[in-house]
Formats: sequence, structure tokens, C-alpha cells
Amino acid sequence: MTEELKQAAESNQLAVRGPNQTSHYVDAQALSAQFADFIEEVVEARGEVTVVIKREGLVPIMAFLRDEASLKFNFLSDVAGVDLGEFAEPRFAVAYHLYSLPHNHRLRIKVFLIEDDAWVPTVSEIWKSANWMEREIYDMYGVDFTDHPDLRRILMPADYEGHPLRKDFPTKGY
Amino acid sequence: MVSTKEIVVPTTSVTTLGKRDPLGDQRMTISLGPQHPSTHGVLRVEVELDGEVVVAARPDIGYLHTGMEKTMENQKWQQVVTITCRMDYLNSMGNDLGYVLAVEKLLGVEATPRTQVLRVLLTELNRLSSHLVWWGTHVMDIGAMSPFFYSFDQREKILDLFECVSGARFHQSYFRIGGLMADIPNTFLPLLKEFMAGFLDFLQMGKRLVTGNKIFQTRTKGIGVISGEDALNWGLSGPSLRASGVPWDIRKTEPYTGYEKYDFEVPIERDGDVWARYLVRMREMEESYKIIQQAIDRLPSGPIQSDHPKLKLPERDLMKEHIDVMIHHFLIAAEGFTVPIGEVYFPIESARGELGYYIVSDGKEKPWRVRVKAPSFLNLQVLPKLAEGMLLADLIGIIGSIDIVLGDIDR
Repeated sequence: MTEELKQAAESNQLAVRGPNQTSHYVDAQALSAQFADFIEEVVEARGEVTVVIKREGLVPIMAFLRDEASLKFNFLSDVAGVDLGEFAEPRFAVAYHLYSLPHNHRLRIKVFLIEDDAWVPTVSEIWKSANWMEREIYDMYGVDFTDHPDLRRILMPADYEGHPLRKDFPTKGY
Repeated sequence: MVSTKEIVVPTTSVTTLGKRDPLGDQRMTISLGPQHPSTHGVLRVEVELDGEVVVAARPDIGYLHTGMEKTMENQKWQQVVTITCRMDYLNSMGNDLGYVLAVEKLLGVEATPRTQVLRVLLTELNRLSSHLVWWGTHVMDIGAMSPFFYSFDQREKILDLFECVSGARFHQSYFRIGGLMADIPNTFLPLLKEFMAGFLDFLQMGKRLVTGNKIFQTRTKGIGVISGEDALNWGLSGPSLRASGVPWDIRKTEPYTGYEKYDFEVPIERDGDVWARYLVRMREMEESYKIIQQAIDRLPSGPIQSDHPKLKLPERDLMKEHIDVMIHHFLIAAEGFTVPIGEVYFPIESARGELGYYIVSDGKEKPWRVRVKAPSFLNLQVLPKLAEGMLLADLIGIIGSIDIVLGDIDR
């Protein structure tokens, strides 16, 4: 570790972990206590913590995760869509990967959606970076992000029909 | 006598240009790209201009979208490696590394010491070559032609090294799940040392040519400024974030492939403008050079393939004697291996920032879902904010300074 990085880390209150602490995933207990109504499941596998929540609680939980001093998830790493299969119920999942620079830990928040009612509130008010990533999921899966400031297709042409990453979308043309 | 009020000092500063409003209320919308050398790929930016001042810049992406994530879902685990390196084609080794490490985490496999060192070595070489392309094109965008040729001369040597180890210059697919394609040939290390001997001289020359150049400094200082807090909120990562004073490098904070054993610094600048981003990347090249040097010095001998029964092909001699070994070989080669059910998110520090692989496995021979969190995608998203109020000519410099690769953005 260099002196410069250490100093910068102190001044910005950034924690830099040593190599031996391999698990960078946070303990989700603080969250469970606060939002028991919205949390469906807490899964820990391969050192990664996933919290499955109801979409109604998404925005307050995300705001809490960003602002709570012991969590401070100030960086939204990724928003990923998953199609669990044509006949699966619920069909879609949206996974948010959060990272905290001050504490150097990660967390995955997951929301499951059924096909006929596939919407989720936007988190682009909390992290601006969510804007394009949510547009990509809308484009690829057809999941609606309510209150999104600019929900348009991003990679496919505006007049394109269908959502390419859905499992029932053909790979070989019609 | 002329009073001071009547003296009009002509100036071309940004603010006065905006106030003078040469076109009246009329604004002009131009389409920068998609076929434009300074957009570094197939990027179209819809630029709204007031005179020469950018009022709004709206990136339009998707021209290079080839559905790679969809393709991956239809390939076997090992075959996906050939696709990952085609996404961020300037940092192909890094892209392969992220995928390979994510799958290894799902399988619970760790690469052998020799493989780990070789992976670090080649990834850092690739970081050098990526930064060299950035340096040449970024400086050329701003108006200096000759540095481009010097940088591509050096990059050519790195591509020769890649050709030496893998047979391919660009899309190497050299990292495989559980190991490498093959061990390095005997000619590789002498060739690498030859390159290393000349590289620092090149960097010195680069500094003389460009870094100390007054015109270049004037063109880049104070252009496209973003604060550290904003940069985090907008999802910037990598050198572009570190130029805003945020010390975050995944090689340090969440070390992978043994990066914690190497002695290197993380360059940080505080101004958050094009100049700061330039300085960070220039110093990163020196750090990558240091890492490569250490990797050469400590390269251990030993096997390159991990012993996991799903990943290692059986010995030839055993296959001739035992039918079950032969069947095992056939199944791995023809049908591929399966990966346990589960999901992982594996972030690595690519040349552009946080490159994350979110992989979902349903326990079959093919991945159920491979989501790639591309650093360029988020770095480009901030462009409208950086470009607002700047001159059109500065927009070109800003695009160069966030170092985007369109293959990475569109995937």
C-alpha cells in the first residue's frame, strides 16, 4: 500500500482492505431489522450476500443503503436483468450490485417479477448511473421502470419489436 | 479621451462566446459520427450548438450491438472465452480474465501459481497496449499527429508478444477456465525483455513530446471537469474516476489473481479534467511496467492447468489403457463440463474501470446468463455532463479522455 493511497483513503474516509480478507460482502442484518416487511429472503453463497426484496420496498431500501453510515453503498456497480425461462413463475429477476467505497463491501439486491406485471420502480434518483442500465434492461427484457426520466430503447433501434435477451427470442431468425 | 467603458477587448473565452450569441436564438444541431475518427468506434453524438458552444450532447449508441450476451447463453462454458475478448477488443486479455475468474469462482477452482503470474503479466501488458492506443488517438484528436505512430510502434511489439503466446494478435482467448491455452513458448521471455528494455525510453519521449507541451496542456486543463462525488454517482470507474481524486482500484481493494503480492502504486489526480485523466493514465503505464517487471522476476515453474477433474483433459497414456478415461476425455471435449448451480458477480479492474461479470448457472453445460458490466458504458453516460458549456473542439478531447471502446459499450 502506498503512502499516497493511504493518505487519500484517510482524507476521503475510504477503507482499503488487506489481501487476506477475501469476503467483501456485507452482513445484511442491519437491513433485515429495518425493513422486515419488504425482505423475502437473505441468501449467502460463495461469500456473496443476496437480499431478495419486494419491489414496493426498493426505493426506500436503496436510499437507506446509500445513506446509512454503517453501509454507505455510494456506488451502483451494476443492474442486471435475468430471464428465468419462458415458463418460469416469476419470470424475471432484476439484480442490483452495490459497492461501498468507504467500507469496501458489496451487496446484491434482487427483485423477482411476474411476466404480466413486470415493472419495478427506478433507482436513477438515487444513483444517476442507473439511468442507462435500466434502459438496457427495458430494451432487452421489456421490464418497465416506473418514474424513469427517459425510458427509451438504448441499444436496439427505436422501432424494433421484441426483446432480444428473453429466452423465447429466437437466435436464428424467423 | 476614451473612457474605459468604450474599450471592447476581443476575447474568445467560452463564457463570452455564449453571451455574444452569434446566431441569435438559433441553435444548430449536428450529428457527430457515427463514422468519425474521433468517436473511437461507431458512436454518434447528437450535439446541440450555440455558436461553437455545446449546449447539449446526447450520445446515441447501439451501432455495434451484436447480442454477445445472448450468444454466450448459447455457447458452452469454455467457448464463451472466444466472445469475451471481442467485447472490449483493446483490453481483450482483461475481459477474458474477468470471465475466467468468475467461472472459476463458481467451480471453486484456483489457478496454479504459474498461471496466476502469467495472467497478471499478460493482463498488464494488455493494459499497456490499451493505454498506448488511448494515448496515440487521444493526442491525435487534439491535433498532434506524430505521437500516434510512436505509440502504435510500441503497441505493435506488444501484439507480437501476444501472437507469440497465443497465435493471435487481437482476440487471443489465451486464458481458459482452470488454466491457459498452452504454456508460453521459449521465445516469449527474450522477446518480452527486449520490449521492456525499450519501453521506458518511449515513455520518456512521450512525456517530452506531449506531456510537457504547452499547447496540449492549454487544450486539456479545466476541460470536462467532474468532481469525485459526481463521478461516483454517475458510475465512473477506473482512471477516469481516479482523476477526480477517488482512490479506488479493484486490484488493491479486492485483489484477484495474486495482485496483492505486487508492489505498485495507484496514481491519483484531483482536478477531474481532461488533463488529470491524461496524467493518471500516463502514470498507470509506469505502474503496469513495474508489475510486468515483477512478474518476470518471480515467474515460477510448474503446471499451468489446475487439477480439477472437470477441467483437465486426461493423460494420453492412461486413455490408451482405460476405457473410462477415454470416455471422460470424450465427454469433456465433445459435451463440455457442467458448472454448479449458483450466481456470482466478479469485478476486476480493466483498463477502463470496473469490469464486472454477473454469471448465473443452472448446472448445465452452458451458462444461463452472462451479464457484462462494461466500464465504458457508464463512462460514456456522463458525457453530456462533461461536455455542457464546452467548445465543440473540446468535446473531441473529452471523448478521448474517458477512453471508451464501443465494442465494450454495445456488446
